[in-house]
Amino acid sequence: MSRNIYDFIGLIAAVAFILALKGLSSPKTARNGNLIGAAGAALVTLLVFFYEKPAHLVLIILAMIVGTGAGVPAARKVKMTAMPQLVALFNGVGGGAAALVSIVEYLRLGSDASGGDVAATIFTVIVGCVSFTGSVVTFLKLQELMTTRPVVFAGGRFLIAIVLAAVIGAGGWVAVSRGSVPLGVLAVLALTFGVLFVLPVGGADVPIVISLLNAFTGLTVAASGYVLQTTVLIVAGTLVGASGTLLTRKMAQAMGRPILGILFGAFTATPQAATGAADTRPVRSGSAEDVAILLAYARRVVIVPGFGLAVAQAQHTVRELADLLTAKGVDVAYAIHPVAGRMPGHMNVLLAEANVPYEQLVEMEEINPTFPQTDVALVVGANDVVNPAAKTTPGCPIYGMPILDVGLAANVVFLKRSMRPGFAGIENELLYDQKTTLLFGDAKASLTKVVSALKAF
Amino acid sequence: MNGMALLSIFVLSIFIGFEVVSKVSTTLHTPLMSGANAIHGVILVGAIVVAGRSTSNLELTLSLIAVILATVNMVGGFVVTDRMLEMFKGKKESATK
Repeated sequence: MSRNIYDFIGLIAAVAFILALKGLSSPKTARNGNLIGAAGAALVTLLVFFYEKPAHLVLIILAMIVGTGAGVPAARKVKMTAMPQLVALFNGVGGGAAALVSIVEYLRLGSDASGGDVAATIFTVIVGCVSFTGSVVTFLKLQELMTTRPVVFAGGRFLIAIVLAAVIGAGGWVAVSRGSVPLGVLAVLALTFGVLFVLPVGGADVPIVISLLNAFTGLTVAASGYVLQTTVLIVAGTLVGASGTLLTRKMAQAMGRPILGILFGAFTATPQAATGAADTRPVRSGSAEDVAILLAYARRVVIVPGFGLAVAQAQHTVRELADLLTAKGVDVAYAIHPVAGRMPGHMNVLLAEANVPYEQLVEMEEINPTFPQTDVALVVGANDVVNPAAKTTPGCPIYGMPILDVGLAANVVFLKRSMRPGFAGIENELLYDQKTTLLFGDAKASLTKVVSALKAF
Repeated sequence: MNGMALLSIFVLSIFIGFEVVSKVSTTLHTPLMSGANAIHGVILVGAIVVAGRSTSNLELTLSLIAVILATVNMVGGFVVTDRMLEMFKGKKESATK
């Protein structure tokens, strides 16, 4: 196959990726967009076999079978609640792959590598390794295999600055010596930096970091495309890098978080005193019957779904409750915080799964002015997105994030498993408010009790 | 291809990348991130190239690991994005009912 045909089909694939991203920006075309992207990727992968006629064909195909065997079942079986960490993991392995590709090409080229190749290799190894370990740490945080709170230790700031300086130094060493040992040292240092970079990030900021690392991986793919002289890698990688950067900014805006603050949190974070002993102030907890009566006599009820609803798989039960209330003439709406769940748009995905009517899902800007006219705000497994500390406590991890003003409703009902604070790990003052009723228990069990109490009513 | 041509492609791609996602709604942030994530799985092409050209066992081993990781990224990424978007489709049908 001639180079021209190869490049031409590469161009078709590049156009497919552009159309894919464009399609993914609108709900109507999103699914087709993704399929176009997949077709482009499949086309160019198939093509490279014909053009390169690679040696070790059997081993390469076996490796692809192994990869597919690992990736597809994970993607099929993952619960929608656990999806953000899977995306993080997929992103991390992509970054790792890009770093490995550059390392191998560097070893092969040896002294034939041009200055540009060496520079691109250094970039790919640093950023790809940071993306790999950074994504693994975000995975561990979201999977709650480690603490979701910022991990800050004495001297951490100092350590991360030293490691960063060492990374830069090793990069210079690679550039000057062009040896393989310095490259190995660089990779190890960059892997370490990735861990240190993400550790101080609080749970609520993790989605933004995933998005950022995604953009990073895109750029490493583009840089490996430069080393391998493959246009489609440059285009695809750069598209992801640029769109990922913009997306990261948009997400940060939706959450009211300064990007620089999140990024350089690693450098500025100081160990905070542990939050005091468990609060012993009294709270008002009610029974399912109390909640049912409150709801039945309301004219307007706003349901605030959160991650707890998703974990309990209570989407269908909450819909049953909403239908029941609507039948009784109660005006019901769902208030969707942009980052309800674990990522922007995550809650929309979860409620769509339960066939909740689209027109009942109201976004934050629209629903906030209506809370003063709302009789009951029913908060199901959400906490951080309704926490007034975001407005009142400067310096707390979620300060500045726009919240749902449920405190303005006449009554607030929290369905919670326990008094445990939310993902961001901050106490919620609203729980101790006079007009707040708490119903403890698993979201699904509590909702089922409320539904049967309401039916008996 | 010379460095200048590659640089031109790089710079123009940056602008296209910004442009295509400039109007995305919050609802689609998660699927868009996931879809973009799958697209950079195309590094699989690079992994296959270096695996095919490898001349030592070290190069071959490292590049085969790269092939596995890139395949996970690409195939898994597109499948999980499709699963997310499938639910959006369901939502639309119920909205028109």
